[in-house]
Amino acid sequence: MSTQELVIPAPREIVTEPRRSDKVFRGVVTGGGLSSLVILGLIAIFLGYRGFEVLRQEGIGFITHSDWSISTDDAGNVLDSHFGLAAMLVGTILCSLIAVVIAVPISVFSALFLNFYAPGWLKKILITIIDMMAAFPSILFGIWGFLVLMPSVEYWAKLLHRYLGFFPIFDMQVPVYTRSPFVAGVVLSIMIIPIITSVSREIFSQAPLDRIQAAYALGATRWAMIKAVVIPHGRSGVIGGAMLGLGRAMGETVAVFTVLNIVFQVNWQMLLGAGGNVASLIILKFGDASPYEIKALMAAGLILFLLTLVVNAIANLIVKTTGKSGR
Amino acid sequence: MTMIPTPTKPWAASTKDRAVDGSIFALSLLSSYLLVFLTPLKGKLACFVCFFLAYAIFTTAFKGIQRGNAAAKDALVNSLVAIGAIVTVIPAASILATVLKKGLPGISFNLFTHDMALATPTDPLSNGGLLHAITGTLTLMVLALIMSVPIGILTALYLTEIKGRFTGPIRFLVQAMSGVPSIVAGLFILSAILYPITKGYSGFMGALALTILMIPTIARTSEEVLNLIPNDLREAGTALGGTQWRTVAMIVLPAARSGLVTAVILGVARIAGETAPILLLTGGGDKVNPNAFTGPMGSLPYYIWKSFNAGSPEAITRAWAGLLVLVGLVLFLFTSARFLGSRKVSK
Repeated sequence: MSTQELVIPAPREIVTEPRRSDKVFRGVVTGGGLSSLVILGLIAIFLGYRGFEVLRQEGIGFITHSDWSISTDDAGNVLDSHFGLAAMLVGTILCSLIAVVIAVPISVFSALFLNFYAPGWLKKILITIIDMMAAFPSILFGIWGFLVLMPSVEYWAKLLHRYLGFFPIFDMQVPVYTRSPFVAGVVLSIMIIPIITSVSREIFSQAPLDRIQAAYALGATRWAMIKAVVIPHGRSGVIGGAMLGLGRAMGETVAVFTVLNIVFQVNWQMLLGAGGNVASLIILKFGDASPYEIKALMAAGLILFLLTLVVNAIANLIVKTTGKSGR
Repeated sequence: MTMIPTPTKPWAASTKDRAVDGSIFALSLLSSYLLVFLTPLKGKLACFVCFFLAYAIFTTAFKGIQRGNAAAKDALVNSLVAIGAIVTVIPAASILATVLKKGLPGISFNLFTHDMALATPTDPLSNGGLLHAITGTLTLMVLALIMSVPIGILTALYLTEIKGRFTGPIRFLVQAMSGVPSIVAGLFILSAILYPITKGYSGFMGALALTILMIPTIARTSEEVLNLIPNDLREAGTALGGTQWRTVAMIVLPAARSGLVTAVILGVARIAGETAPILLLTGGGDKVNPNAFTGPMGSLPYYIWKSFNAGSPEAITRAWAGLLVLVGLVLFLFTSARFLGSRKVSK
């Protein structure tokens, strides 16, 4: 009896060919998902396209000079123009840094309070209030800041100047306290505290419970536990949250515009009533801008867009590496 | 005879502890008043600040004396976090109180039945109203909703259901998009659509900019909601022979319905008070304009902005009244989102 060749049947190829409805569905959903990419790309392209002429004419001076002037003849032809964003960029960075420096400690403390100190009912109420603050429109912060907060902040600014004036940052020659970057920074800090608080709160709440309990079991006080467990766990998340707040503060327009005196001169003295802000510049100059100046404003918008994009990207990367990001 | 031990609470505060707490409280209150009274520090706020600082210092010192260094640090942080929470909440309380106090005098019935076509912000309050602003804001919201809800939910579906090659980048881009300054969105619509194509202010342009700002909020919240839908539901749908399209449309989305509504409402609340793009794009008419595609359209933020910049006492009152209406609208949206969000997965 001859041994027959053993025929091993070839495995049938398994295909999961999606139906047409599924293909359409996946196509539509993918298309919708890619819209964010398309929109962001279009924003960069269009602002760049409109602002290209100005950017080419001004070159690097667009971000290193600080005069903003345009003169036209009667027919509307541009005779002479100088566009420079240096003062505005410095002002934007100064205001948002002040905001972050004020907001971060307060937010971290209140996030700690929410997670580890507050009783359940109080925690629920506080979280609702903080989320509600995040939903307040920015014009509300602006007008409230101008009419209610500014007098007190000016008073604090005077105190800072009088008692801490020997620090260069609190120093100034002309005592003009109204509408200073400091005021804008305080208003911005109030706007970003809810954001940083909720990001920090989420990061803190992910601190490993077993280590928290281990710390308590070793007899740690609450602060010792926080220092040993929560802060090492949440440090980079808080930094990410602070960067998110920084990005928000940089792009804020109306609230800053109402409380800031815009001056086209680089000013690092935070208590002096002369600041700058890219977003506010756009609102300020938009109303009576000639077509050529509009192009300069578009270029300014592009710079602002790229700046916030970079800050936000770094922030999100940091938050993501720590844990699920907050809203 | 059996002894029934009475449960004790050795950790509870004894009378002595309470007395000490109370005296520290009184002491810090007293010292804060003294500080405000004796030094050039003035005002309620200064009193508050002094009180909290004094309280922090006294408790820290007391605990330090009583139980040593570690307890002192703990007490210090204890008061610091409480101060942090209070400082976080004070502005919210102050804002709400101010809006109510200054806005209520400006609220009247004809505010809701008249527009500003025949009045200027500096007129007495009996002239004109904000009907045009309310209708304009509602129109803007509806238009922005129609455009942003499909895109936002499709993005969320891509991130949760398809999980294709681009999931990581898209999640990243959506987050980047939520950080786009509102004025940049306005400038973009201005440069891409208003100048080359329509060449005129209209409500629709504003709605387009608001759409850009709304998509990330809706997408991110919906993604969180869709992630909460148990995978069993999806598997059950597939096991019954449903295609992915049927499973998502008939099972996942209905199950996530109320959560998705929450996401949409949060998106609307995010854009209800957006001012910068509105200033650039809508033109801000003073008349009720039912046509969103031609002609300037008023809206609440524009009305508030214009009245605030007019500067006279009547105009400021108008601005506060407008703010009160706007805040009422935002709070209404926010509360309904909370209410719906408390049951994220429908039965």
